[in-house]
Amino acid sequence: MFGRDEKVSPVRLTAVQYIVLAIFMILAYGLWRLQVVQSDMYASLAEKNRVRNVPILAPRGKILDREGRMIVDNYPSFTALLLRDSSRDLSADAGLIAQGLHLDAKEVRDRIRHFASMPQYQPIYLKDDITPDELAFVESHRNELPELDTIVAHRRLYPRNGFMAHLIGYVGEVSEEMLNQPRWEFYNPGDVVGKSGVELQYNQILMGKNGQRRAVVNSRGREVSRLDETQAEPGKQLKLTVDLDLQIAAEEALGEKNGAIVAMDPRNGEILAMVSRPTFNPNDFAVRVSRDQWSKLVNDEDHPLLNKAIQAQLAPGSTFKIIMATAGLQEGIAQDMHVICNGGATFYGRYFKCWVTAEHRAHGMVEISKAIYQSCDVFFYTLAEKLGIDRIAKYATMFGLGQKTGIDLPQEVTGVMPSEEWKVRNFKQKWYAGETISVGIGQGAVAVTPIQLARAIGAIASGGLLVRPHVTNPDELPANVIPATDAPNRVKIPIDPKNWEIITDAMSNVPTPLGTAGSAHLQGIDFAGKTGSAQTVSNALKAKTANGKSKYKDNAWFVGVTPRRDPEIVVAVLFEGGEHGQFAARIAAQVVKAYVEKQRRQPTKVAQGNKKVEIGAVWNSASPDGTANDTLHGGRFLVDVPKKRLPVAVAAPGVQ
Amino acid sequence: MSRYISFRDFDWVLFILVLLICGLGVMEIRSATAHTKFAGAHIRQLYWISGGIACMFVMSFVNYQKLLDGVHWMYIASIASLMTVIIFGQKYLGARRWIKMPGGGHFQPSEWVKLILILAVAKYFADLHQRELSWPDFIKAGAIVGVPMLLVLAQPDLGTALTYIPIAIMGLFLGGVRLKQALTVVVLAGLMMPLAFHVLKPYQRERLTSFMEPEADSQGSGYQVIQSLIAVGSGGLWGSSAGSQSQTHLAFLPVPQTDFIFAAFAEEHGFVGALTVMLLYFIVLMRLTQNAQTAPDRAGTFVVMGVVAVLSFHILVNVGMVVGFMPVTGIPLPLMSYGGSSVLFMFLALGIVMNVRMRRFVN
Repeated sequence: MFGRDEKVSPVRLTAVQYIVLAIFMILAYGLWRLQVVQSDMYASLAEKNRVRNVPILAPRGKILDREGRMIVDNYPSFTALLLRDSSRDLSADAGLIAQGLHLDAKEVRDRIRHFASMPQYQPIYLKDDITPDELAFVESHRNELPELDTIVAHRRLYPRNGFMAHLIGYVGEVSEEMLNQPRWEFYNPGDVVGKSGVELQYNQILMGKNGQRRAVVNSRGREVSRLDETQAEPGKQLKLTVDLDLQIAAEEALGEKNGAIVAMDPRNGEILAMVSRPTFNPNDFAVRVSRDQWSKLVNDEDHPLLNKAIQAQLAPGSTFKIIMATAGLQEGIAQDMHVICNGGATFYGRYFKCWVTAEHRAHGMVEISKAIYQSCDVFFYTLAEKLGIDRIAKYATMFGLGQKTGIDLPQEVTGVMPSEEWKVRNFKQKWYAGETISVGIGQGAVAVTPIQLARAIGAIASGGLLVRPHVTNPDELPANVIPATDAPNRVKIPIDPKNWEIITDAMSNVPTPLGTAGSAHLQGIDFAGKTGSAQTVSNALKAKTANGKSKYKDNAWFVGVTPRRDPEIVVAVLFEGGEHGQFAARIAAQVVKAYVEKQRRQPTKVAQGNKKVEIGAVWNSASPDGTANDTLHGGRFLVDVPKKRLPVAVAAPGVQ
Repeated sequence: MSRYISFRDFDWVLFILVLLICGLGVMEIRSATAHTKFAGAHIRQLYWISGGIACMFVMSFVNYQKLLDGVHWMYIASIASLMTVIIFGQKYLGARRWIKMPGGGHFQPSEWVKLILILAVAKYFADLHQRELSWPDFIKAGAIVGVPMLLVLAQPDLGTALTYIPIAIMGLFLGGVRLKQALTVVVLAGLMMPLAFHVLKPYQRERLTSFMEPEADSQGSGYQVIQSLIAVGSGGLWGSSAGSQSQTHLAFLPVPQTDFIFAAFAEEHGFVGALTVMLLYFIVLMRLTQNAQTAPDRAGTFVVMGVVAVLSFHILVNVGMVVGFMPVTGIPLPLMSYGGSSVLFMFLALGIVMNVRMRRFVN
């Protein structure tokens, strides 16, 4: 037992005690530093850790028609997601989840694996906009699948089948590219904003302000309790000038045909209906548009995303003759012009045909009125030659052709109104007088949009009142909304009343057996207008490819008004490949008929009024020989309306 | 030679201090695991502590001198068990540390090897009679600890392997190591560091780098470090007033009942609470050192100081980790952290300490 009794050095034992003391002092210092010195910093870090700002999405404003009827609404949409809160093996549940949500089980597993390395508090999004039965599946499996949950978002509910799609537009997540533009600089990634149409134009009004909820979450992202919340400010509703009844009539009138319809009140520029075909279903974009679907829409040669009412630039064809007639009469040339139409005429060494030769006829002696309702090309070739391109361009430009109308819709195009200066500026070439002849019948370089045409002819029929078209009433918009354009709302272009009568009377003969659109006649309605058939390719090319492909068929145009002077409505119809203007006229007639019938059905103006009420009337005058005249007359009368009709019993004397 | 021992000499002060620490630990385990899948762990911890106390009393009756006489057999058995683990052990989370026992239990030999190493080192140095350590003795002492340490490193279990080092250091220091020898080892260890880093498993290396700059990967391996610091820091002076909205209760601090129990405690009870626990540990360590001084023989002193070394090291590394001074190594806080092996080891070690103390007037 030697050595065992020898004690260990007490100095070294004491040294150990001091070393332990030193260690404890260091650790205590560490605690002091964290818990006392830097406590505030860590407390705020802990706060950030557990308090999450959850946005409360503001619903977008509803879009209503002029009478307050709902066009675009929102609906609550549910997104299914996985919370990784429980210690469950998510992959094991993937089969059941996939079945319930109609997903591919492999896809679900891949998603879970993809998110495996992400922080636990980030939920795994499985499916947007789940159907009611999928939602029912989630609700009924709360116990079996505690990790499966849903969140609510408000999504846009647009009319079905692309009804009014171009005018309304659609919404989508704000893109990186947009955020770089000054208009969108105060928006955040992930914001849902308007991408086209009214949704884009009035995004500022429609889009609300998101609120937020501060909630305490655990490390897996599940809410434990709520701290406070700021309510979302819902977007304001937007009332359009569109009349839903008329829009329905216009949509039905155009049917599946390619083209566009614009119906406008030429007294104030309110757009009553706007249709473009082919259309698209904006509901497809309300959730998420697949790359395939998108590229199909963009690359479709019929351009379904294009709002042809404001974005199609096409030759106006014979509808342009109304501008020509106005120019000719105002310049004092057309009044006394008599032209003999033999089915064509030669100008500057080239023979120009009149459309009538196709029917193996000729117009014979033509003056301005007949030239309009019979749409005689030879008369307008001659008039164009006399006016010259610059005078034609002056009038066309005055009535808004070749320039934006200033409608409150995005991406309107200008069209083209050629002139000598235009040719030099764009082609560095001199204008050839021969080119003027084609322009005289709305061919050649002239290209217009349906809205321009509606506005111009509506203005002429209104005696020169050119209005700026708009889809919302500017007076009803909030003050902070910047107007879409600084274009004046109305311009009065002087037209001699005599000329006005000649043109409008001639227009009223168009949808009669005398005119080019006899089949579009409306009994008992003062319907006037002008047809047009515009070549899309040259006659030579058309001859070569005469296999009946719609692509090379003439576009049919019609611009109609009712009543013929100071009209309440102007309707421009573009029927692509419609061959003849009267087919477009029939479409326009349907819209006009729907309008008139609605006006007649609603005696509201009379019933409500306590002032004089203006009513329109149409009548046939008797000829000097006593037989009924073919010509219809239209006019307006001011009628007194009694405040309130007294009951008979009170009026009768002697009865108390 | 009288064999008289008495419970009058049982260190009741030490025992009560230890129970106090265990009690705080159980409370914190209960609080931290409430509403998690670990709920109820504090009850199991109570079972372990009860078992541990029983083991401690049994151990306090076993003559440590008899244990020391047979320590070479125990040492051989522990080497054998460590090799068994490496060959037949259960693989869990990429490491073989456990032997599956008949009846469904798991046995982690590296924990008991610690106890045997304390005895083996004590025996070795007690048998050396010179005041100054010769180089061969120095190397032999190093080998006693080094061989099992390498075996544990091979499991791989860096944390437990590191806890063997203080046993050797304590033995060498009290056994009369010379300054020249100590410096040589320190310089050699310093030169070995880059090599050691190279040998580390990727996850171990990651833990070390995330300790150096936790923000670099705040959702990955730096997550625990950051969340622990936030937990402790947000506790403030008096503890988290947010109650159920603390880091621990919202599960930002992962598995708080084991290695991070002190972080959870510090969050809930603040600087004052944490310092109180530290003080309790300090008193325990001072008490142990005092017992070592009054030990009946040189071997008794070495045994008790071995326990002091292991306990101090655990506290240093664990609390150091919680306050951000040390990397995450997976070393529990003795007496507070949840876990059977750790609790049983501590009480067995205390049993031997009690035995040493109860024999202080023997001979």
